[in-house]
Amino acid sequence: MTSVSSPTRQDNGSFRALLGRFPFLPALLILVVLLVLNGIFEPNSLSFRSLTGLVRTYLALMLLAVAQTYVVYAADIDLSVGAIASLVNVTIIVLMQHMGGGGLSVLAALGVGVLVGLACGLVNGFVVAALRLQAIVATFATSIFFTGLALVILPVAGMPAPTVFWRTYGGTFFGIPFVFYVAAALAILLYLLARTRLATQLLAVGDGQQAAFQSGLPVTAIRIGGYALCGVFAALAAFCITGDTASGDPLVGAKMTLFSVAAVVLGGSALSGGFGTVAGSVIAALIIGLINSLVFFAGTPSHWQNFVQGLAILAALMVGVLVSRRGRT
Amino acid sequence: MSRVIEIAKNPLLIALALIAALLFLGNTLSPGFASGGQILRLLIVAALLGIVAAGQNLVILGGREGIDLSVGGVVSLSAIVAGNVMNGMDGGIPLAILACVATGALFGLFNGLGVTLLRIPPLVMTLGMLGVLQGLLVVIRQGIPSGRAAPALSEFVTRPFLLGLPGIIWLWIGVGLLMAFILHRTVFGQRIYAIGSNEQAAFMAGVPVRRMRVALFMLSGVFAAIAGLCLLGYSGSSFANVGEQYMLPSIIAVVFGGTPLSGGKGGYTGTMAGAVLLVVLQSILTTINIDESGRQMVFGATLLVLMLFYGRGRGLRA
Repeated sequence: MTSVSSPTRQDNGSFRALLGRFPFLPALLILVVLLVLNGIFEPNSLSFRSLTGLVRTYLALMLLAVAQTYVVYAADIDLSVGAIASLVNVTIIVLMQHMGGGGLSVLAALGVGVLVGLACGLVNGFVVAALRLQAIVATFATSIFFTGLALVILPVAGMPAPTVFWRTYGGTFFGIPFVFYVAAALAILLYLLARTRLATQLLAVGDGQQAAFQSGLPVTAIRIGGYALCGVFAALAAFCITGDTASGDPLVGAKMTLFSVAAVVLGGSALSGGFGTVAGSVIAALIIGLINSLVFFAGTPSHWQNFVQGLAILAALMVGVLVSRRGRT
Repeated sequence: MSRVIEIAKNPLLIALALIAALLFLGNTLSPGFASGGQILRLLIVAALLGIVAAGQNLVILGGREGIDLSVGGVVSLSAIVAGNVMNGMDGGIPLAILACVATGALFGLFNGLGVTLLRIPPLVMTLGMLGVLQGLLVVIRQGIPSGRAAPALSEFVTRPFLLGLPGIIWLWIGVGLLMAFILHRTVFGQRIYAIGSNEQAAFMAGVPVRRMRVALFMLSGVFAAIAGLCLLGYSGSSFANVGEQYMLPSIIAVVFGGTPLSGGKGGYTGTMAGAVLLVVLQSILTTINIDESGRQMVFGATLLVLMLFYGRGRGLRA
């Protein structure tokens, strides 16, 4: 996995230079510390099995964090990623059910799912970039709309996914769990995307919209492109949610939206745009997962777990913001 | 002509016109929608949202991407604290008010310190705080019963108090007057606009920017806590995450009131109209006979359309 860091920074200190080039280093450090702590409290948690479980559960959040990262690149934000994921989740579940649940129907449903995500992203891009509404409130409004749509498609949670779908997602091929193939494919995809013109242009827009416009960039189209990319990755996240939960739920993604924003910040990207990496967001999604499992393994009483998780995530956010800023100023 | 356009662009007038239009529409769809008693009920709900939005408004006015996502958590927490302190007895109300204000101020203080001393972006800081608050709510619910509202508090919120209006509406009017006074008649208020429009210049001019920001977040916590207390009176007992429904609507009320999220301009009078507008809209959707799903879609789409009336970002020019 590679990183796109803003190319125009010149720093004297080697630490700063390193941070400027790899803004996700603090997150990586936190990740290692958390892995060690997990290992201390419960050696089993570092077993191949447990790590597979961790990836299987948090792959969805990784993808949502990546989705969010592309809009944050351009200094925008998308509070509807969770709703898009819910909508895609129920869409593919219902489609697969209607088409009999065979292998072909799964593929067709996934294709439609990606298109739904793309369409949602384009809607967001249109209202934020073309209509120039404020991103926070506009994407909140679209999230209400998408949630309504999801409720039309599947009014109550519970329709199961075809066996072939979740068996594949949770299965093992040639001794390697399926989710690791997905993770590898994701790594390659992100590497390639980081090299595209769109990624660079998004960062340029985030660095300064006016400057980007004056140097001839089609700012509106670029921002819409960012939202479209975000919608597609939210759809991919929905596939993972569906594989993990094996059922449809019109509200499944709602809680993940704010985590995706937290992951982007924790990964070293700046909410003010123009600076960041998708690698950091992926690592940060794992950090959130590891915090949750650490709180569990450390023997925290069950009703204290949410509180301790909240504190730990807040602390991690603070550390992430404080350290990554040193690479930029 | 330009003067007419100028007036037509006034966010307060837009909101009032939209409210009138929606009330008319509501009354056509379901006769009695705009009756006195019904409007009073809407105003009570709007007052709860409006009080939360007062704090949100201050934080947003202060600029530098000011926003408070933790208000919903503070509302819920405050409702529980109040319920347990008064536990159904009128005598406990003064202490409950104190406890709520202290709770709100404390979490506002944390937010403010994180934003100023550690320079964490407000969105991130208050988002993290929301997570902490939600966890805290789980802990509290485990050990403590949810508590009950004192009869006097419920009466204050739901029964007519003066001139046929319940106490909470008077409280909201009081908040409105207080906000107008603070924003337009005090040095503190002038400084809010100063740091909101140009922090650097305000700092050079000797405005204690950091202390100001901490104060704004504390006020936001206190307003949310007061709303939580009133919400307890409205619903009788507190239940899980009652406050969550206020987080983003409080921001939308501010935007509908003509305060852009970039801060530095706007005021609270518009926000009050914005809160009423949101509540009337939601209420119309509940009277129309459609599914929850359809209602949500219409609500989301209407919000987007309404946003078109308000400060859209400026177009880019070479």
